[in-house]
Amino acid sequence: MAEVQSSKGSPTLDMTPMVDLAFLLVTFFMLTATSRVTEPVIVDTPSSTADKLLPKNVILISIDDKGHPFYNINDSDVRKRTLQKMAQQYRIEFTAKEVETFGGMTSIGVPMASLKKYINMEDADRVKSKSPGIPHDSLHNELGDWIQFGRIEAAKQAKSEKDKAEKLGREFKYEPLRFAIKADGEANYIAVKEVIEVFTDLEIYSFNLITDLEQGPAPAKE
Amino acid sequence: MAEVNTGGGGGGKHEKKRAKKSSTRIDMTPMVDLAFLLLTFFVLTSTFAKPKTLEINYPADPKDEKDRIKVTNALTFILTEKDKDGKEQAYYYYGEFFAEGMENKEGKPLTKLTKTDFSSEGLHKILLDRNAPTIKNINDLAEKFKKKEIADTTFKRLVRREKGIASALTVLVKSDDKAVYKNVIDLIDELNICNIGKYAVVDLGAKELELLKSTAK
Repeated sequence: MAEVQSSKGSPTLDMTPMVDLAFLLVTFFMLTATSRVTEPVIVDTPSSTADKLLPKNVILISIDDKGHPFYNINDSDVRKRTLQKMAQQYRIEFTAKEVETFGGMTSIGVPMASLKKYINMEDADRVKSKSPGIPHDSLHNELGDWIQFGRIEAAKQAKSEKDKAEKLGREFKYEPLRFAIKADGEANYIAVKEVIEVFTDLEIYSFNLITDLEQGPAPAKE
Repeated sequence: MAEVNTGGGGGGKHEKKRAKKSSTRIDMTPMVDLAFLLLTFFVLTSTFAKPKTLEINYPADPKDEKDRIKVTNALTFILTEKDKDGKEQAYYYYGEFFAEGMENKEGKPLTKLTKTDFSSEGLHKILLDRNAPTIKNINDLAEKFKKKEIADTTFKRLVRREKGIASALTVLVKSDDKAVYKNVIDLIDELNICNIGKYAVVDLGAKELELLKSTAK
């Protein structure tokens, strides 16, 4: 109504649709960006000129600046079944709810003995709690077990998906499981080497080391 | 902008009423500004967060002593902690390792470690010098590829073969217990930049550690 009255040519523009669109996009990007769950470990990876992207099907070991290893596997189903296998191995019972919670979690860095407590924490407390890292010495090699069970379960998962795809007559694209190490630049190399030895003991020799992208082809001057 | 209302001076009751009616419109410009600012921010941050990886193969432990290969054209880097001035450093030697008390039939001179750093004048230069024949060959191939004399796949295959030939430089990366992971990555990255196809991260020998300690003093 007011517009009709001010027909003197005031340069009013109805911005409502634009605002609608802008906020829609903001909401979309905000949600997609924050859907990544907070990691219990902060890792400042060193940079390199490597430009390969990290494959999706991956077991990820993060190593913080103190040298403590954390374990993560992407696929939620595989995670849950890995936990069940670990529970059998270490004779710890997990309720269905705990397994479900574990499926939605990210990296874990606590020994099996305190995993139950860790799962039952509130999200906020979990972020605050200090994880001691997964034990991986030769006598008590939990990290090795995690990797081994994760690997077995991932292979089973791939097989069942393949069978399913074959039944439906679809093509199945198999992506091999890779092993990624995401270590902090300030971590002692020996700590990284210990983790690599856990892998080599399991006869895994090929890794993806996660790095940031370095600017420019020339080596950075210190 | 949008609030160019008539109004003028404070008039009678009638005019006041009308002004109130038209002021239900708000200026949305700042809101749009903000919205687009946020939009830009999220667009930029969400697309650049993809992690990059460096693929690497570790050597399997040889089951037999016979499996150990003698490397002749080998450059060995030993990484260690920062020096007294807080500068990152690395040591290197060329060829086989000889120390006192080791089997040394041909009477080769004892190995000495040379210090270098991670700048482009240090590591980068050493690697370029040592790997010069391979780099030259690869550059020749790249030249041919540019002129379209060879195909894309052929080029890749030839480069791979060039990097892997027996006379190409082999680099061994060793580290003592004080080196940080960043240095290892920097070094491996440098090897990739300098077109070195044969490298391995291996353990440091006890004699080498002794030599490192005495040299670093």
